[in-house]
Amino acid sequence: MTKFIDLTLNGISTGAIYAAVALALVLIWRSTRIVNFAQGSMLMFTTFIASAVISSGGSYVLGFVVALASGFVLGAVVERVIVRPVEGAPPLNPVILTLGLYTLIVAIAGMIWGNTPRSFPAAFSLRGYKVGGTTLLFTPNDTFIVLIVIAVAVGLAFLFRATSLGLRMRGAAFAPEVARLLGVRVGRMLTLGWALAATVGSLAGVLVAPSVFLGPNSFDPILIIGFVAAVLGGLDSPPGAVVGGLVLGLATSYVSGYEGASLVPLAALAILVIVLMIRPTGLFSATKERRV
Amino acid sequence: MTARVLGVVRGSTLLRSLAIVVVAGVVLILVTNSVSSYRNLQIAYGAYYFCVLAGLTVLAGASGQISLGQGAFMAVGAYAFAKLNAAPLAWSVFPSLVGAVAAAVLIGIPVGVAASRLRGPYLAGATLAFAVGLPALADKFQTFLGGENGLVVNPPTAPSWLGANFSLERWEAWVACAGALVVVFVLYNLIHSAVGRSWRAVRDDEIAASLAGLRVGRRQALAFTISAGCAGLGGGLLAAVTQLASPGAFPLQLSLTLLAGVVIGGLGSLFGALWGAILLVLLPNWTTDLANSFSLSGNVSHNLPIAIYGLVLVGAMLVWPSGIQGGLRAIAHGVGPAIRSRRGPPASAPPAPEDTDAAKDEEVKASQP
Amino acid sequence: MLTIELLTTDYGPVRAVDGVSFEVPESSVTAVLGANGAGKTSLLRTITGLVRPSAGTVKLAGEDITRLPVEEIVRRGMAHVPEGRGVIAELTVAENLRLGGLWRGREAAPLSEIYELFPRLEERSGQPASRLSGGERQMLSIGRALVGRPRALLLDEPSLGLAPVLVAQIMAMVRRLADTLGLAVLLVEQNARSALSIANRGVVLNLGRVVAEQDPDKLIADDRLLHAYLGF
Repeated sequence: MTKFIDLTLNGISTGAIYAAVALALVLIWRSTRIVNFAQGSMLMFTTFIASAVISSGGSYVLGFVVALASGFVLGAVVERVIVRPVEGAPPLNPVILTLGLYTLIVAIAGMIWGNTPRSFPAAFSLRGYKVGGTTLLFTPNDTFIVLIVIAVAVGLAFLFRATSLGLRMRGAAFAPEVARLLGVRVGRMLTLGWALAATVGSLAGVLVAPSVFLGPNSFDPILIIGFVAAVLGGLDSPPGAVVGGLVLGLATSYVSGYEGASLVPLAALAILVIVLMIRPTGLFSATKERRV
Repeated sequence: MTARVLGVVRGSTLLRSLAIVVVAGVVLILVTNSVSSYRNLQIAYGAYYFCVLAGLTVLAGASGQISLGQGAFMAVGAYAFAKLNAAPLAWSVFPSLVGAVAAAVLIGIPVGVAASRLRGPYLAGATLAFAVGLPALADKFQTFLGGENGLVVNPPTAPSWLGANFSLERWEAWVACAGALVVVFVLYNLIHSAVGRSWRAVRDDEIAASLAGLRVGRRQALAFTISAGCAGLGGGLLAAVTQLASPGAFPLQLSLTLLAGVVIGGLGSLFGALWGAILLVLLPNWTTDLANSFSLSGNVSHNLPIAIYGLVLVGAMLVWPSGIQGGLRAIAHGVGPAIRSRRGPPASAPPAPEDTDAAKDEEVKASQP
Repeated sequence: MLTIELLTTDYGPVRAVDGVSFEVPESSVTAVLGANGAGKTSLLRTITGLVRPSAGTVKLAGEDITRLPVEEIVRRGMAHVPEGRGVIAELTVAENLRLGGLWRGREAAPLSEIYELFPRLEERSGQPASRLSGGERQMLSIGRALVGRPRALLLDEPSLGLAPVLVAQIMAMVRRLADTLGLAVLLVEQNARSALSIANRGVVLNLGRVVAEQDPDKLIADDRLLHAYLGF
C-alpha cells in the first residue's frame, strides 16, 4: 500500500513536469500549428547554461532566472530565424526541420559541455516528508515543482483569457490573416508564443534536471512523454496539457514501479496509440479535427 | 540488334531492374576484389545502410509518410538474426536474414496499420516513441535478449568453393551487397508499378486519391510494412557484419541519422538512398580526420557528424528540399530546383517521379481502386 | 482619401489587376463591380496589402501605402471586411470586436457604440462567433472594422449568401456609416443593383481592367454595359 502511495505521489510530481513540457508544446502548436520536436533539446540546452552559471559560482536563483531568460531568447530566435520560413509549408517540413534542430542542438551541447552526464542541484530539500513513522517519496522539492507548475498554468490562462496581449495572441493563432486585417502584428505574436513556450520548457528542464542527471540526451524520454501528454489533452488545449501531464506522470510512475523503468517509453507509446485511435483530437479539444 | 535489345529492356521494368542488378553486382564483385579489407567492411556498412535508407526513402518520398522508427525495425531484424543464427537453431546466414526480414515485417504490419491512420507530426511522434521504446525491451528480457550487452553473433563464414583465402570482410561485403541488390530489385519494380503510382497519388493529394477510389489506408500500411522489412534486412545485415545485436546500437539518434541520410540524398529516389548511405559511412571518418587536423577536442569531433546531420535536415528544409538527387535531376533537366507546391510557399514538395510515371499517375487517379 | 493609380497585380503569368485607377473620396461609397473572376477581390487584396502589386500605387490621405505590410496599412486607418466575413469563430462576439480596436488603444471606439449600431450583437456578446447566422456575422465583421475608427472601409462582397432583406439592411447601414462617420467606402460587389443603389460612383471591372467609371444612374441605364459585364 505504501508503495502505491509513493508511486502516486511520485507520479504527481513528475506529472507536473510533463505538464510543463506539454504546455510548451501546446503553446507552440496553438500559435504556429507546429509540433516542436526540438523542445526537449532546447530545454536541455538552457538547463546546461544554468548549470554553467551555478558551477562558476552563481546562486541557484541566478541559475534559475538565467535558464528562463535564455529560454525566452532561444525560443524567439528559433522562431524568427529557423521556423518562420516553414510556417505554412506542408506538415512534413516543420517536422523534419524541428527534428534536425533537435539533432543540431544536442550535438552543440555535446561539443560545448561533453557527453558525460553531470548532476544539477535542486531548489529545495530532497528528503522525503515524514508522516507518522514512514518517509514518503515526496519531498519539499516536489511540492515546489507542483506549486510552480500550477502557478505557471494559472498565469498563462490569465494571460490568454484576460489580457489584450493574450487576445492578440489567440487571434493570431486562430486566424492569422484576419488578425493582420485587424492590425495585429501577427509575426510578433508568433515569436512571442515561441518565446513563452520555450520559457515554460526551460522551467521544466530546471525542475527535472536534479533527478535525471544533465547530459545531451538525458531529456529525450521527457520530450516523448511530454508529447504524448500534449496529444492526450489535446494539442489545442492548455488545460488539457496539464491534465495530460498528470495522467502520464501517474501512468509512467505505476509502470516504472510495478514493471520496471525500461517499459516506460512503450507504455507512453501505448497510451499515444490508444488516444490517436479513439479520440485523435485529445480529451479536451473543442474543435473537430479536419480529417485530411 | 543491340537497339532491339535495349528497346525491350527499356520497355520492361522487370528486365530493366534485372539489368541494373546484374551490372551493379558485377561492378561490386570487381570492386570488392581490388580494395582493402577495411574498405570492404565499409562497403558492407554502406550496403546495410542502403537497405534501410531505400525503404525509408520509398516510404517518405513515394508515399508522403515519415517514419522515425526505422531504428527499431533494424533492432528487430538484428535480434531476430542473432537468435536464428545462434544455437540451438543455428541457421546459416541467408536463411537467418530471411528470418530477420520476416520478423520485421511481422511487427511492421500492425505498426503500419496503426501508422496509416496518422499524419504528419502525430506519425512522427508515434514512430519516435516506438524507436525509443522497442530497444528498451532488451533490458526487460535480460536472459532472452541479453540485456545491455546484447547478443553475440558468430562471424559469417564464406562457402568453401570460394577458396580458403576469401577474406571475412570481403564475404561480409558480398552478403550485404546481395541484400542491397535484392532491395533495389524489389523497390525498383514496386516504384514503377501500379502500386508505386498509387503511392504517389496518395502523396500528392490524399483527398483526390481517396475520392478516386484508392484505399488510402491500405496503400500507406503497405508502404510502411515494406519499409519495415527493408529496415529489418538492414538490421540483420548489421548483426552479421558487426557480430553483435545490442540496444546501444539502436539509439534514438540512429533513426534521426537515417532521416538525414534520406533527406540529403533526396526523398523518393533510390539513387538518393545510395548517396545517403555513402555519406553515412564516410562522414564519421572525414570529421575525425578534420578534427585531428585542426586539433579539435574530443567532444567536438565526437559530435561533429551529428551536428552535420542536424544541419542537413534544417538546411534542406530551408534551402534545398530536393537533396542531392533532386539537384542532379534539376541540372539534368535544366530547370530550377524544387517543385512548387500549389498550396503556396514554394520549394517544399518532394521531387517528382520520372516523367514517364507522371503521366501514368494521372491515369491511376482517374481509375484504380 | 483613397487613391488608386495604375495598380497592377500578377499571380505568376496571370494578370489579375491591370492598370486600375480611381479615387474614393471621404463620405462617399464607390462600388466596384464585375462578374466572377473580373479581378475585384484581387484588387481589394492588393489595396489592403495581402498581395503585392507588380506596379502602381495606393495612397491613403496622400500617404503612399503601397509597399507597407498589412498590419501597418490597417494601422493607418484602412479597415478591410473580407470576403466570407472573416469572423474568428473561436472567439466570442465581444472578443472579436475588441480585437478590431486593440491597435488603436485608447482612441478605439467603445463597444457600446457598436452595440448601438448593431443591437443584435449585444444580445450575443458573450457567445462564440461560430454561433452567429450569416447576417449577424456580417454585422460583427463590419462592427469589428469600425472599432478601430478607420478613415477608409473596404467591403468584399458583403451580400454573399445573405437574404435580400438583409442585403438591403446592410447596404443601408453602409450608406449611413459613410455619411455619418465620413468614411471613404470601397464596396466590391457582384450584386450590382444593390451596390449601385447606395453608391456615389460605380467602377466596372473586366479581366482586371476598368471598363467603365460612371455615376450609378448612368450605369443602371446603360443596358448594354450591364448585360455584357454584369450579367443582367
